[in-house]
Amino acid sequence: MEKPINQRAWLMVLPVLLLVAFSAIIPLMTVVNYSVQDIFGPNERYFVGTEWFQEVLHNHRIRAALWRQFLFSGLVLLIELPLGVLIALAMPKKGWTVSVCLVILALPLLIPWNVIGTIWIIFTRPDIGLMGHTLQELGLRFDHTASPLDAWITLMLMEVWHWTPLVALLAYAGLKAIPDAYYQAARIDGASRLAVFRYIQLPKMRGVLTIAILLRFMDSFLIYAEPFVLTGGGPGNSTTFLSIYLVKIAVGQFDLGPAAAFSIIYFLIILLFSWIFYQVLQNVGRGEQA
Amino acid sequence: MARIDLEGIAHSYLENPSTAHDYALKELNHTWDDGGAYALLGPSGCGKTTLLNIISGLITPTRGRVLFDGEDVTELATERRNIAQVFQFPVIYDTMTVFENLAFPLKNRGVGAGDIDTRVREIAAMLELEDALGRRARGLTADAKQKISLGRGLVRADVNAILFDEPLTVIDPHLKWQLRSQLKQLHRQFDFTMVYVTHDQTEALTFADKVVVMFEGEVVQIGTPEELFERPVHTFVGYFIGSPGMNVLPCQVKGNRAIIETHEVVLNRTYPDLGQARIEFGARPEFIAFCDDEFGHPVVVNRIEDVGRQKIARVALGAEELKIVLAEDADISDENARIVFDPDRVNIYADGYLVEGEPTSALGGA
Repeated sequence: MEKPINQRAWLMVLPVLLLVAFSAIIPLMTVVNYSVQDIFGPNERYFVGTEWFQEVLHNHRIRAALWRQFLFSGLVLLIELPLGVLIALAMPKKGWTVSVCLVILALPLLIPWNVIGTIWIIFTRPDIGLMGHTLQELGLRFDHTASPLDAWITLMLMEVWHWTPLVALLAYAGLKAIPDAYYQAARIDGASRLAVFRYIQLPKMRGVLTIAILLRFMDSFLIYAEPFVLTGGGPGNSTTFLSIYLVKIAVGQFDLGPAAAFSIIYFLIILLFSWIFYQVLQNVGRGEQA
Repeated sequence: MARIDLEGIAHSYLENPSTAHDYALKELNHTWDDGGAYALLGPSGCGKTTLLNIISGLITPTRGRVLFDGEDVTELATERRNIAQVFQFPVIYDTMTVFENLAFPLKNRGVGAGDIDTRVREIAAMLELEDALGRRARGLTADAKQKISLGRGLVRADVNAILFDEPLTVIDPHLKWQLRSQLKQLHRQFDFTMVYVTHDQTEALTFADKVVVMFEGEVVQIGTPEELFERPVHTFVGYFIGSPGMNVLPCQVKGNRAIIETHEVVLNRTYPDLGQARIEFGARPEFIAFCDDEFGHPVVVNRIEDVGRQKIARVALGAEELKIVLAEDADISDENARIVFDPDRVNIYADGYLVEGEPTSALGGA
């Protein structure tokens, strides 16, 4: 059948187009504008083509920050997803304990991100912090301001504590949506606990886990406030992630050109990886419909 | 295959049931014979599914015992009861192929690969799923999915019983008929004990040797389709079985005469004095006929509905409305007509329950 062509349909998309233009496209264009020019003042600017992009791509500090960023996001996904699913599986299914668990889980998500960093600075202090003091009493040397490994451990602990609840809540919602008949059928079929997880729960959680992976990847790849407050990117550059370095270039050194070029590359990396995750998850077994 | 006994089974979903009203299933004693095909029939919410889940062990009854071949299994887990159950909505394992789905119950019980293969192919052939065996189960139509669910129930040859919980709800009408006859055929072939829950009387009557009619958590009648049709023990059964249901009219009974308003109907049975009970007169639309002679009861014909194979006349006997089933070619043109009841097939109910009268001789009655 031939579809009727109706140009008036464009009018219908116009409001959304305008909204997206003002919220995303126009701000992004100003970044593009910076990224291809060297601007000295309101009336003094020179077109530089791809020069800033080349500079950014060859900057070894940015490259180091990029690998650091991948390591961080990779660890985040590897730890938070299985842990979140395990927590969701262990949660009670009904009764008043459900609300208690949900509130406890949601608490870390409600705290402002820079406060999270402050909480962990205090928590790890050897004199007044619970964790820092306990480790000191046990005779362990632990200092996230001096040792890169300790800084990473603290950062990972903080990140896992902060965001695993989100994964757990999503996974729990996915589990709750599975009709009872599936569990009953599995019992009739004599399926083991592991088989129930492998063949019922995991496939049925695909949708929510896709969302969890995308959210956690994007958020962890963009992380700024927590490491900025906790370590400030140190010790040395060991916790300098892309966003921290970007802010250093843009606000610290006021190199707007390279910073803009860097931002665009940063954005494209996130877009690319989100797309890949989405495609892979959608096709693990083809076309899911909840 | 096994005989299943239910001894004093009752179930409540509340933690501390006190009154009879708290029970979803009221006290029940029943034996399902080995190899029998039973239908559990009743309206939604009458406790059919609860009863089924008690047999399969998905629910532990509040009171009473479940016995398989005399062995108490009340506390035994579902997995260990060796029961197959098919649910209302198809349950399939999305990530598996049709073959893997059918093989799943066998694989979980450690059956050898060779045996699994033979058995799965056999069941697939019966359900006409052979062509789909290699496909993923996810993309199939609802009826193919339900066939897979059925197949997983049938694939184990040694099950104690197969329980069906309204399995054809999501199936297209013409396929419904086909699947039902396949089930019937499978029953004849393998002699499984089968319990089939439904709220559709056609399904129940065609599938089962014995129909168990439930109403508000109680079993009101167990019988063959003929018994349910001719001698419903409760007005609910009379109303629920048959299309249209039984005509139930308030009446008074004196000996072998029933008086409906001012009309006196002579019965073939003599009834005792029924005291203060609410007395009702039950006559199936099939067992009332129009007649020409003067002994008939005068009625006003309100409406004639043509429902295909037959016609249904709605007539007024005084203030009461009656339905009468007529042959397709019957012609009732006059608004005023006379009817007679088949005296052998009139039932008298006291407070809803059938009263067995003493048969009177033909001479004494007339």
